[in-house]
Amino acid sequence: MINGITNVLVVGVGGQGIILAGEILAKVALNAGFDVKKSEVHGMAQRGGSVNSQVRYGEEVHSPVIAKGEVDILLAFEKLEALRWLPFCNKKTIAIVNSQQIHSLTSATGLQTYPANVEKELAKQFKRLYLVPARHIAEELGNVRVVNVILLGLMAKTLNFPEEAWIDALKKRLPPKVMDVNMKAFARGYSLA
Amino acid sequence: MKAVLSGNEAIARAAFEAGVTVSVAYPGTPSTEIMMNCGRYPEVNAQWSINEKVALEVAAGASIGGARTLCAMKHVGLNVAADPLFTMSYIGVNGGLVIITADDPEMHSSQNEQDNRHYARASKTPMLEPSSSAEALEFVKAAFTLSEEYDTPVLLRVTTRICHAQGVVELGERTERKLPEYKRDFEKNVMLPVNARKRHPLVEARVEKLRKAGRTSPLNRIEKGKDAKIGIVTSGVVYQYVKEVFPDAWVLKYGQSYPLNTDLAKSFAKKVEKLYVVEEGDPILENELKAAGITVHKGKAQTGLTGELSIDRVREAFGKRPKKGLTTDVEIPARPPALCAGCSHRGMFAALKAEGATVFGDIGCYTLAALPPLSAMDTCICMGASISAAQGMMKARRGESRRMACTIGDSTFMHSGITGLIDAVHNRSPFVTIILDNRVTAMTGHQNNPNTGKNLTGEPTAQLDLEKLVSACGIRKLDVVDPWNLSEIREVLEKHWEYDEPSVVISRRKCIEWARYREIPYSIDDDLCTGCMSCVRLGCPAIVFDKATRKSSIVEDMCVGCSLCSQVCRFDAIYRTDQEEEHRLVAKKVKAKRAARQAAARKKVAAKAKGAAKKSTSGKGGRG
Repeated sequence: MINGITNVLVVGVGGQGIILAGEILAKVALNAGFDVKKSEVHGMAQRGGSVNSQVRYGEEVHSPVIAKGEVDILLAFEKLEALRWLPFCNKKTIAIVNSQQIHSLTSATGLQTYPANVEKELAKQFKRLYLVPARHIAEELGNVRVVNVILLGLMAKTLNFPEEAWIDALKKRLPPKVMDVNMKAFARGYSLA
Repeated sequence: MKAVLSGNEAIARAAFEAGVTVSVAYPGTPSTEIMMNCGRYPEVNAQWSINEKVALEVAAGASIGGARTLCAMKHVGLNVAADPLFTMSYIGVNGGLVIITADDPEMHSSQNEQDNRHYARASKTPMLEPSSSAEALEFVKAAFTLSEEYDTPVLLRVTTRICHAQGVVELGERTERKLPEYKRDFEKNVMLPVNARKRHPLVEARVEKLRKAGRTSPLNRIEKGKDAKIGIVTSGVVYQYVKEVFPDAWVLKYGQSYPLNTDLAKSFAKKVEKLYVVEEGDPILENELKAAGITVHKGKAQTGLTGELSIDRVREAFGKRPKKGLTTDVEIPARPPALCAGCSHRGMFAALKAEGATVFGDIGCYTLAALPPLSAMDTCICMGASISAAQGMMKARRGESRRMACTIGDSTFMHSGITGLIDAVHNRSPFVTIILDNRVTAMTGHQNNPNTGKNLTGEPTAQLDLEKLVSACGIRKLDVVDPWNLSEIREVLEKHWEYDEPSVVISRRKCIEWARYREIPYSIDDDLCTGCMSCVRLGCPAIVFDKATRKSSIVEDMCVGCSLCSQVCRFDAIYRTDQEEEHRLVAKKVKAKRAARQAAARKKVAAKAKGAAKKSTSGKGGRG
């Protein structure tokens, strides 16, 4: 934490529910009485590209964008994306990383190579690393779309907000027909920390 | 009540609270969500218009009619709407008129990073620049007051980091406003030269009055710091970076950045030892201050003219080293955006590439077809330019035989492509216009348009008949194809290349992300895959090529069954997953044929080797 501000960086691939995760965190922080700023990029980048959502909360937050080396929590929905954002992290950053591999168009077409040693590199870089097979857990729960909520659950445990605050925020945001599976996903993630 | 709102949501909320009754826009990143959110308040009567010029003209009429009116667009949209803007500055308003320009420094989703603060100066329209969501709400309301008090449209400039950044906002109530009387006003509203000559001096007087008012306007403020060594002049979101990097400095924050009151800066300059100007884009504040005789110690020379600023860039510019993050030697492949699996644009571009066509492109998701591996586009300029520029290309290189096509989305065609098509017919320029009709404005997040037959709020409305429209333009050759059928497209294109008048192909299929349909997925038979990469060159995110084994495979849960890969595979290696048994029979035959062919080839090689041995003895040496 720098100047009493907590910086959370959520990264992944377009379509993984990154924006939603950032939204829920922002809501929880606001309800706890913090000043909150959040920033993301929409539009063309969302078509399968690298996507990020940045959330900052504390007494008073100015910039909506996090500076290099100042991320407190990195929540990565795809492991290569965790590496991409290393310059924004430091040795103390808590990294929560989905071990899923999603090819980029450049690596899928053989123009570039998806590195083989991503997990080893992450372990080398971060002292506090949670590497989670969120995709497998989501499959077990019967809905591959809950990857984001599993990871959000894990992150929730590492932050100092009451569990109910998260559940409330999720309930207000998610459509009722997928509520059950998302609640299960959150609880599962919460139990992993 | 407090809420976390994006700048765009805050602007919509402000329109609601300010008693706006007409709001209008054309979608464009980063501005799109302004009108989407206006749609949540029935009172503000939100609508999508066909382009930004039409939107601003609708807004102009609404303002003349007495309504408080909000009009929103992205920065390049204001180029399209510049015509009504400059004259509305002369006419002024009846109901307050606020125009949002959403600039995109860094070009996160744009073709240039023009600084629209220039438009305020050029059109003599006051401009406000909020620095957060909370200020966006406050400033939009202030803009309506200014607009009515000074009889002028007001520009509100936001940037991507305001539009798509969220912050805490205090929500207020809506203040209803009584619609003022409408009276015909020949001198004010009819811009004949005789009237415009009278209006122009009023505009100049208005600018000076507003400039003076800027001295005490609550929109501009001086923040006293702990340390008077440095004083920083800034505006917009950059203010937030300045506060993080120089928490103790004095700051002069301009909320009204045009007309700029430089007296304020003069008195500020006296209080600090050194004055810095920190602004994104062009040196607009800096030049005005310098012109007023104020010494600027640091400014654009340090912060640069390109890209967006950030905490790190401000630190660097002023000699404060940015924090060092973690580094790695691992090479990280880029992850550029890509056309979706099953995208209705892919087939057309694959066909155009196979046809060896010159392809002038336009603005939309399909611009992604310019990227490798499809690499099937020659140009992308601005909305609508594909058709008109294709005509120019044909004129420049007349006499050459050229397979010339232009590709334009349905929404872009209606925005400003139709004029180019009429022009091409009028000037008898032979090229093929391909309308990529996916029935929706896709890239900005699936907004309704005349082609969807629904308006912004989802109410049914007349659906545009593209075929009739194109025919009415004078097009005599028109075909409709399914972009999932490559042989059909190529057959049609072959006929169109031969045609010596402008012609049109409508490539019609619903956007897969919007309509969310799925067919049975496909799979690749490892034994038959030769690693030729024909399927990989389609640039489908569901197809992965393994460099080690030199085989392609399909990620089953990403495949939507468009079948394009199976159509381009010359080795029958790709089959629909429900036809595995049929495929096995085919595979057996293919393998048998292949074995026979290989045997024959081996024989031939052997025979050749024998012949070559004979030749070399006769003294004619080959190369290695």
